[in-house]
Amino acid sequence: MLTSLISISLGAILINNFIFSQFLGCCPFLGCSNKMSTATGMSVAVIFVMTLASAMCWIVNQYLLVPLKLDFMQTVAYILVIAVLVQFVEMFLKKSIPSLYSAMGIYLPLITTNCAVLGVVLLNTEKSYNFLESTVYGCTGGIGFALAIILFASVRERLEFADYPKAFAGFSICLVSASLFALAFMGFSGLKIF
Amino acid sequence: MTPKQQIKEGLITNNPVLVQQIGLCATMAITTSLFNGLGMGLSVLIILTCCNIAVSAIRKIIPDQIRLAIFVVIIAGFVTIVDLLLKAFVPALSQALGVFIPLIVVNCIIIGRAEAFSAHQSVKLSLLDGVFQGLGYTCVLIVMCLVRELLGSGTIGGGLIDIANGFRFTLDGTGAGIRIFPSQYGASLLVLPFGGFLTLGTLLAVMNNALSKSAAKKAPQEQEEDDE
Repeated sequence: MLTSLISISLGAILINNFIFSQFLGCCPFLGCSNKMSTATGMSVAVIFVMTLASAMCWIVNQYLLVPLKLDFMQTVAYILVIAVLVQFVEMFLKKSIPSLYSAMGIYLPLITTNCAVLGVVLLNTEKSYNFLESTVYGCTGGIGFALAIILFASVRERLEFADYPKAFAGFSICLVSASLFALAFMGFSGLKIF
Repeated sequence: MTPKQQIKEGLITNNPVLVQQIGLCATMAITTSLFNGLGMGLSVLIILTCCNIAVSAIRKIIPDQIRLAIFVVIIAGFVTIVDLLLKAFVPALSQALGVFIPLIVVNCIIIGRAEAFSAHQSVKLSLLDGVFQGLGYTCVLIVMCLVRELLGSGTIGGGLIDIANGFRFTLDGTGAGIRIFPSQYGASLLVLPFGGFLTLGTLLAVMNNALSKSAAKKAPQEQEEDDE
């Protein structure tokens, strides 16, 4: 049990990193990585929502969609659960932990359309993980996202002073740098502990 | 806005991937063979057109506060329809694209067009917008596929074209494609995630360059003022 959880975590963080090998969540990855503070805010919010969404969607799928034979409606149900969840988390934080709420700011509502969140939920169903495995996969997937975006933000702050052809300005130089990260993360692909 | 302008906007000046820079995840993830790229592009085209028509048709009765929620439900409905159709009729494509078909729900292109265009425009214009923006997206996917597949594994049209027994299209993704050079000379890195990032980055730079050159040609005086 523990071994499977550890291998799921390692897979989600390093081997099959959500951004560098599965391409899930690239829009916020490129959009929110221009400053370190934004990157940390976004990654905290993503870890939080991905963990909750994995747990909630597993329950919805197991106890609502499968017994009612509605599992072909998974996509619709999941996106609704995620949207409601994000709204709910936003209201809860606003009322009870206002400091965290102001730190996360506008990133919370944006997470609804983050494909890493819907992606992790769909992958959980596809791999037929149980409740604990789903939650761990969601949480560690979020940590993998955080690792990627924080590493990339620190590189991107230096990119501003780099000398590159004018045509590459903007997203394209970021994508080229991200490709080098992807190359580096490929080195983890043979990693096996057990 | 005339249909001619819409064609130009969708394909070049307001291309969803190269200029608006949205919907990048799937663009990088699935462009490993022409079969996947064309399948994904056409799926997005169909979903985008249907969603644009639906949003535009009910635009006057949607309350402004909950419009995003309504858009998402409409999009999710159409995505589910296309997903189930692919599973039934082109299972190989559904298998190859995996989660990226249901993930069209959160693809920014579709919700972006609903919010920016079809929520304010007539049904006819929205239909054309859906078709041309979808075509623009498909073209970028095809270019990415051609580059990555040719340089990465030395073939063109992998999965889609089979020339073993005469030229024919294969819809089950088994066609080997047209071999240009032996596979051991290909830069197989380009088919891996690394190649996705690199190819799209380079393509964006090429587009940037072309657009800025054409802008400089159109308004040489403005450009000079900028340089000073």
